[in-house]
Amino acid sequence: MNWLLRNWPDVLVSLWEHIAISLTALAIAFAISLVIGIVAARREKLYGTVMTISGLLYTIPTLAFLAFLIPLVGLGRANAIITMVAFSLMILIRSVATGIREVPADIIDAARGMGMNPAQIMRRIELPLALPLIVAGLRVSAVTVISVTVVAAYVNAGGLGTLIFNGIASDHPAKIWTGALSVCLLSVSVDMGLALLERRLKNRRAA
Amino acid sequence: MITLDRLTKSFGGSAQSAVDGLSLTVNTGEICVLIGPSGCGKTTTMRMINRMVEPDSGRIEVGGRDVTKIDAVELRRSIGYVIQQVGLFPHMTLAENVATVPRMLGWDSARIARRVDELLALVHMDPSIYRNRFPRELSGGQKQRVGVARALAADPPVMLMDEPFGAIDPITRARLQDEFLRILRELGKTIVFVTHDIDEAIRMGSRIAILRSGKLVQYDTPERILSRPADAFVEAFVGGDRSLKRLALLTAGPYVESGTAAAGAPRLPVTTPLRDALSAMLDAGADEAAIVGPEGQPLGRVTLQGIQQAAAAARA
Amino acid sequence: MFADAWTYLLSHPTQFYRALGVHVALSASALLIAALICIPAGIAVARKDKLSLAVVNAANVGRTLPSLAVLALVMPILGTGFAPALFALTLIALPPIVTHTIVGMRGVDADAVDAAIGMGMTRAALLWRVELPMAMPVIFAGLRTAAVQIISGAVLAAFIGGGGLGDFITAGIAMMAVPQLLVGAIPVALLALGTDFLFGALQRRMTPQGLRAS
Repeated sequence: MNWLLRNWPDVLVSLWEHIAISLTALAIAFAISLVIGIVAARREKLYGTVMTISGLLYTIPTLAFLAFLIPLVGLGRANAIITMVAFSLMILIRSVATGIREVPADIIDAARGMGMNPAQIMRRIELPLALPLIVAGLRVSAVTVISVTVVAAYVNAGGLGTLIFNGIASDHPAKIWTGALSVCLLSVSVDMGLALLERRLKNRRAA
Repeated sequence: MITLDRLTKSFGGSAQSAVDGLSLTVNTGEICVLIGPSGCGKTTTMRMINRMVEPDSGRIEVGGRDVTKIDAVELRRSIGYVIQQVGLFPHMTLAENVATVPRMLGWDSARIARRVDELLALVHMDPSIYRNRFPRELSGGQKQRVGVARALAADPPVMLMDEPFGAIDPITRARLQDEFLRILRELGKTIVFVTHDIDEAIRMGSRIAILRSGKLVQYDTPERILSRPADAFVEAFVGGDRSLKRLALLTAGPYVESGTAAAGAPRLPVTTPLRDALSAMLDAGADEAAIVGPEGQPLGRVTLQGIQQAAAAARA
Repeated sequence: MFADAWTYLLSHPTQFYRALGVHVALSASALLIAALICIPAGIAVARKDKLSLAVVNAANVGRTLPSLAVLALVMPILGTGFAPALFALTLIALPPIVTHTIVGMRGVDADAVDAAIGMGMTRAALLWRVELPMAMPVIFAGLRTAAVQIISGAVLAAFIGGGGLGDFITAGIAMMAVPQLLVGAIPVALLALGTDFLFGALQRRMTPQGLRAS
């Protein structure tokens, strides 16, 4: 406890690094997944292939993935971000695609009947209605990304993981506690925050 | 066979009872239909007989035994139970589904296999085809046939049926009703049958119990309920075409008069219900119909006046 | 690069097999213990609405905790080594298994259950002959998820002295020795993918025929 009080600026820096890396990775992953998700949503075969590949990336253990990238991109943030993006693809693409597919067919029919073109339907009907599911996917990805970032500290990516690793290396329980507990707190609050958002979006769209 | 004595049940703190002092008897071999508007307590009453719901007060006797003194599990194995959504076990074959109660009773496998085939055949589902199929491969009507077969498996003397044909399309439903009426009468089962469809009640019931807000309003044969409704509620419940419904219960046979019908009058078999005869006469613009026997031999005629007298007689 | 890795592997066979053995032992034990705790607990809780909700909510919170954080938190209390790592990994496996068990049991067709009770099945018969077979696909999906998560977490167990293939990876990173790193990373990736595939195949096998999507 005392250690924390004396060193809270450092902890804050680590926290900030952690959030920055996670957010960057999530943003990139989301952008990619949105595009792929929209394209693959109604194309069965493509969807199947995309799911298989992203599923494979998801199953590979985090540290192994980071390790694989070392010969290619060395250590540091880039490594961590690529790993996180790869991890998040499966969940995000699935959320986007499923969210779009679950929009009731009669609503789309009505939209088309009113003269909307496919792009307008996607932008004004499908995506907004798919939002709760997309946010659900973001929620799971956010938590995953935060988790990966902890491990990524080992390849010099920064973040709260550095506290944990330093603590283990120098047998400094206070550092371990601080690092571990702060990242748990971060994870839980992000999860709950997005859960709230998800629920609010769902209520607004309830038929 | 079944006696209900002042049954009462209320749910969770609600002031209004779901079932309020209900008493009735069902004789062996009868089909007692429980009917009434939503919330009248018909399903709750039925479910108290096999103790899926426990009564707050009152007695229930089945086959002379007080059901609350029998172990609930043992009781249920001796009563057939058919529900609207059937509830077939999707992970078991149809044969395994039907064999459920016999298995629990410890029958040997040869006996079970014979019984399964016997029952599937009884409900018109060829055992050699359907024995090893799964519920998901069946239509709604077929599922309910298997549901009834399953309930009959251990040959229980009593059967409880809760809107068994409710989820089935009208055409299949009519066919199933006739089939099961025949089967159940043949087997001499005592049935308690819940429905919200007055036409089904009239068709299936030996006696109909009309319930309202948990109370028994009238318990009578279909004939008497139609000709002598106990009060305005029953009258409204059975529908404004009461007389026509009653005529549907009467066949031409007993009302055939001597004489030949005029040309242009419809020719109908002797088994024609009077209601259909009336309809045929209206179609043809005639006031009589020629009645013929099974081989086509002329038996006489039925007149409009005769039908009116038949309707009046039942009312007397 | 791969050739170097292969050479490294061939020259350090005992270390490799020991690490592999520890990794598999850790993972399998954690999965087994977690399953033995969570599946009966999940079954017991599933029928009680409020309790189910509470447990699922708690498990969902548990699910969000980063694996490495859990491993790290265990260390100051239990120390380093196989046992603490096993404890942490079991904790990590609890949420997915218990939530899937509860969801699976509660998702069993209520009409089938009503019919079963109405026919006179005892509670035990109901559980073993109707509810569990029908819930099995979902429960097994939970086991599959947990298995992959545990294998991934077991890699991190290296950080608290738990052994396993993670040792090769950490050593490789520390010394910037790519062959060593790959000797850890490739087998563990294959292990994870293989386990996922195996569980997937088992899941299909274990889905009763009547429940398979036609």
